Amino acid sequence: MKLPRFEYASPTTVQEAVALLAASNGTAKPLAGGQSLVPILAFRLAAPSLLVDLRRIAGLDTIAIDDAGVHLGARVRWCDIEADARLATAHPLLAAAVTHVAHYAIRKRGTVGGSLAHADPAAELPGIAIACDAELTLVGPSGRRSVPAEAFFLGPLTTALAPDELITQIRLPPWPSARRWGFQEFARRRGDFALAGVAAFYDLDSAGHAANSHIGVIGVDDRPRRLTAAEAVLNGRTVDANAITATAEMAARIVDPPDDIHGTARYRRALLATLVERALTGAPAKA
Amino acid sequence: MNVAFDINGQPVEVQVEPRTTLADCIRHDLRLTGTHVGCAHGTCGACTVIVDGDAVRSCLILAVQMQHAKIVTVEGISNDDALTPLQAAFRKHFALQCGFCTPGILITAHALLTEEPNASEDRIRDVLSGSICRCTGYIPIVQAVLEARAAYQVQARSAAA
Repeated sequence: MKLPRFEYASPTTVQEAVALLAASNGTAKPLAGGQSLVPILAFRLAAPSLLVDLRRIAGLDTIAIDDAGVHLGARVRWCDIEADARLATAHPLLAAAVTHVAHYAIRKRGTVGGSLAHADPAAELPGIAIACDAELTLVGPSGRRSVPAEAFFLGPLTTALAPDELITQIRLPPWPSARRWGFQEFARRRGDFALAGVAAFYDLDSAGHAANSHIGVIGVDDRPRRLTAAEAVLNGRTVDANAITATAEMAARIVDPPDDIHGTARYRRALLATLVERALTGAPAKA
Repeated sequence: MNVAFDINGQPVEVQVEPRTTLADCIRHDLRLTGTHVGCAHGTCGACTVIVDGDAVRSCLILAVQMQHAKIVTVEGISNDDALTPLQAAFRKHFALQCGFCTPGILITAHALLTEEPNASEDRIRDVLSGSICRCTGYIPIVQAVLEARAAYQVQARSAAA
């Protein structure tokens, strides 16, 4: 369908953008890459009064890496992440996950901030944010606030972002070089949203046992989530086939997958167990 | 709203509603009908054009966002009478039947091989997976792009020399 009518503005500062959002009483929407928002408009699932385009705001498209971790500006695109060779060591899990996002042409426009704000339960970056204890920076009329990813995603396409707030960046905490990790997802066709996906990592303690396990999943619940009960199964154990199977079984037991035309809940549960197994089995080799 | 950009090397200025997509602006306002609109929500790839060097979906971009942009459509990658190596390879391999998806695939292949002249077959398949073709079964398309790759490699070498 043709898009519904709306007004358009392209301010040059975050403050101006926020002021425009605030002045609209919740009827305006920020526009970054448009790769989720424009389809929503085309389906007439939303009819904002105003689109506030972020394209002219300087400083939102940088990737910075420092002692506090990896900082991705809201307008960083998937292709920018792909092209940044530093991320292979600074955050290999992010780099691996992003290779699964959408298709070539979408990756040239789709952004970090857009994916987080859209909050599709099967999207990769929200899964990485949850798995890695990321922190989002939001700016609204009353200033800046930091929100942990855990408190940001509230449900399908639902977040803690207020209608007059913008996401300006996401920070992923520093990545120890010895960390073991794996990313696995399954989609019916390349570039499609995942039926299920897993971002997992753990460190090794002095005895060689798994510690600080983080298992984040996408596509198997109403939002990306960490499977703390499955992490608890893995922590403190030698990561062998038995530990991996026990962790995968726990993971499948505690999720609440959707039952839809793309796959039954039972299928997604079984798929998740397989993906957790693969993510953890592949983990040591990549470290 | 008024917006000015370059399309296929020509500066243009158009008056559009904010809701006009770049695809509709190209077809209806600029009358460049080589760019096709299939799904109109970013899934099929038929409307792909090049904006500032990147292959992008013109149905997912607003025309008003294109101020100062440099846009190339399928008309911009042909040479009038002589077939380009990419076109010739498509003809040789029967890489099209109805032709509806072809402009998007040509543009995507052109952008990819310009950016990555040494793209592997896997990479080519991965990139082409973003375009839907209901006729060919894709194999002749992949063969055509692989054949055209050599011409882009020659071009990249002579540009580097």
